[in-house]
Amino acid sequence: MAIKDQTPLHEVRPTTQELRMVPERYLPTPVVEPGHSFASITDHISTIVLRKKTPIGWLVGFTLALFAVGLLTVSMTMLIGKGVGIWGINHPVGWGMDIINFVWWIGIGHAGTLISAILLLLRQEWRTSINRFAEAMTLFAVASAGLYPALHTGRPWFDYWLFPYPNTMGLWPQFRSPLIWDVFAVSTYATVSLMFWYVGLIPDLATLRDRATNIWIKRAYGAFALGWRGSAKHWYRYEHAYLLLAGLSTPLVLSVHTIVSFDFAVAQLPGWHATFFPPYFVAGAVFAGFAMVLTLAIPARKFFRLEDFITMKHLENMGKILLATGMIVVYAYAMEWFYGLYSGNPFETYMLKNRATGPYWKMYIALWVCNGLAPQLMWFKRFRTSTFWLFVVAMFVNVGMWLERFVIIPASLHRDFLPSSWGMYHGTIWDWSFFIGSIGLFFCLLFLFVRILPMISIFEMRTLLPEAQAHTEEEGAH
Amino acid sequence: MTAIPSGIGTPITGLYGVIAEFSDAQSLLDGATAAQEHGYTELDAFSPFPIHGLAEAVGLPKTRLSLIVLVMGILGGLGGFFMCWYANVIAYPLNIGGKPHNSWPAWIPVTFECAILLAALGTVFGMLALNGLPMPYHPVFNVKRFDQASRDKFFLVIQARDPKFDLYQVRDFLDTLNPREITDVPW
Repeated sequence: MAIKDQTPLHEVRPTTQELRMVPERYLPTPVVEPGHSFASITDHISTIVLRKKTPIGWLVGFTLALFAVGLLTVSMTMLIGKGVGIWGINHPVGWGMDIINFVWWIGIGHAGTLISAILLLLRQEWRTSINRFAEAMTLFAVASAGLYPALHTGRPWFDYWLFPYPNTMGLWPQFRSPLIWDVFAVSTYATVSLMFWYVGLIPDLATLRDRATNIWIKRAYGAFALGWRGSAKHWYRYEHAYLLLAGLSTPLVLSVHTIVSFDFAVAQLPGWHATFFPPYFVAGAVFAGFAMVLTLAIPARKFFRLEDFITMKHLENMGKILLATGMIVVYAYAMEWFYGLYSGNPFETYMLKNRATGPYWKMYIALWVCNGLAPQLMWFKRFRTSTFWLFVVAMFVNVGMWLERFVIIPASLHRDFLPSSWGMYHGTIWDWSFFIGSIGLFFCLLFLFVRILPMISIFEMRTLLPEAQAHTEEEGAH
Repeated sequence: MTAIPSGIGTPITGLYGVIAEFSDAQSLLDGATAAQEHGYTELDAFSPFPIHGLAEAVGLPKTRLSLIVLVMGILGGLGGFFMCWYANVIAYPLNIGGKPHNSWPAWIPVTFECAILLAALGTVFGMLALNGLPMPYHPVFNVKRFDQASRDKFFLVIQARDPKFDLYQVRDFLDTLNPREITDVPW
């Protein structure tokens, strides 16, 4: 076994024995706790799914989420029966909580693909144990987001008019409108995210097929595993395809929120009409997405005892990303002031004054506290390595990103060029019931996901173990 | 498996090949390399995770997947652009703020999204098609311990259709690789 001795230095992992000699504070936090084997990783993660007994905590959480979905169904029935008038939108604020929530959810839906694709291309090994979870979160967030524009059309049964197809009315969509770009961006994003997630699941579905004891469960997993057998030739094309998908998803994920920001930036309204909206929105999306991953991962790793796989290193890295993207977002807030004041345009200047001192000033201050101040805690290792503080900061960011969209949308719309057309916007009870309902839908899907699918990619976790490194003779020679 | 006749070049009905089970990735990779050096060509290896260099060891030519993805991406982009142009120039021309009918910069976002969508569809379905999936039945699933291939065991199969295949020689050869177990794989 002379080949093994010549493992390239960067791939050598210290054994537990060697680690004991180094003082603990100098040790890097591992991405998998030591002492695991292929079998233990497989069994630990697949047992969460395959065990017969459903945990009580799961049942309670799922039931609560289901109640919220019930509320959503009632609200949707109301909306379809009575029209969008049940929402608080009216002249001059035609886009209210429906669009705020749409942008909020779409933003959250960015972390999954970012973790899966961009961190894969950047060879960030630590992404492995959180990517599956984040991808699922992405899909469910996009599903929740998709509800809003579909229902905001007022007559959702005509939504298929958004797609170009030859029809007897002789009508075609207007491709000069960013709103139709949105249809293509969001539906492409949903489709590609779903495929990315499913392709990642295939080998793990095969594992569950082979582990399941009940014949029907075995067949169900088997059907979705497509007869995967782990052939070397299959793995070769599989890895090739996975890398290609990552390469395709990277520009895609950046384009989606860019196009969402065009919905605003293309309009003439002060507070919307700004060239820096695309990068500002993309940074905000990553910020919001990682906050939501932290919000979900911290309780999940505790509840399912996954501390060995989602280690402090993952949480700390996500805290760092939260800080970095938070600073970009704060830079954008500052730039809004610079552009507004430097333009010398009285409407732009008034928009900023109105944000800070107008009727929605509390929202604006709260936005700075949530997105500007709270993430600053992440400068300190003490807070970055405390699950409690990470959770608190993530919650601040979740709220802050919602407020950001509130400040951008109604707070810009409610006072435009003509004082005679000014007005106020308040969400009605139905606006809130939709919001709570969409959160319920998101959690409902998430609860189902953690019960029936492995929330950590089993096969990718196996590759993190030192035993997974095998070398051919030519490689060993140099 | 008693009545299987042997002899080089004779196709053996009812036998898919002979499979050897290993306990670690390095043994599988060494075994596959040795089998190839020994002159066997119809090989396959199975592992619970991708192993770098294993596909080359069992003889996989270059994959055409990238080409499929490129072609699909170009088709998607052209199709997306054509869709916008046709809808807003030919089928339903509207004067929007005095812009030319063919205001092509506005078609770019949809063109881009369509290119990505078709390329991604090409990647996934191309990969599955080249891999011959879905395939619900495969002879290796007949091996009792093969369900460990998705957990922590590694398998190397030499197929009966290999021109050099001889049941006893193959068994002997696999035995030199120090496997955990050798099994005949029936169809």
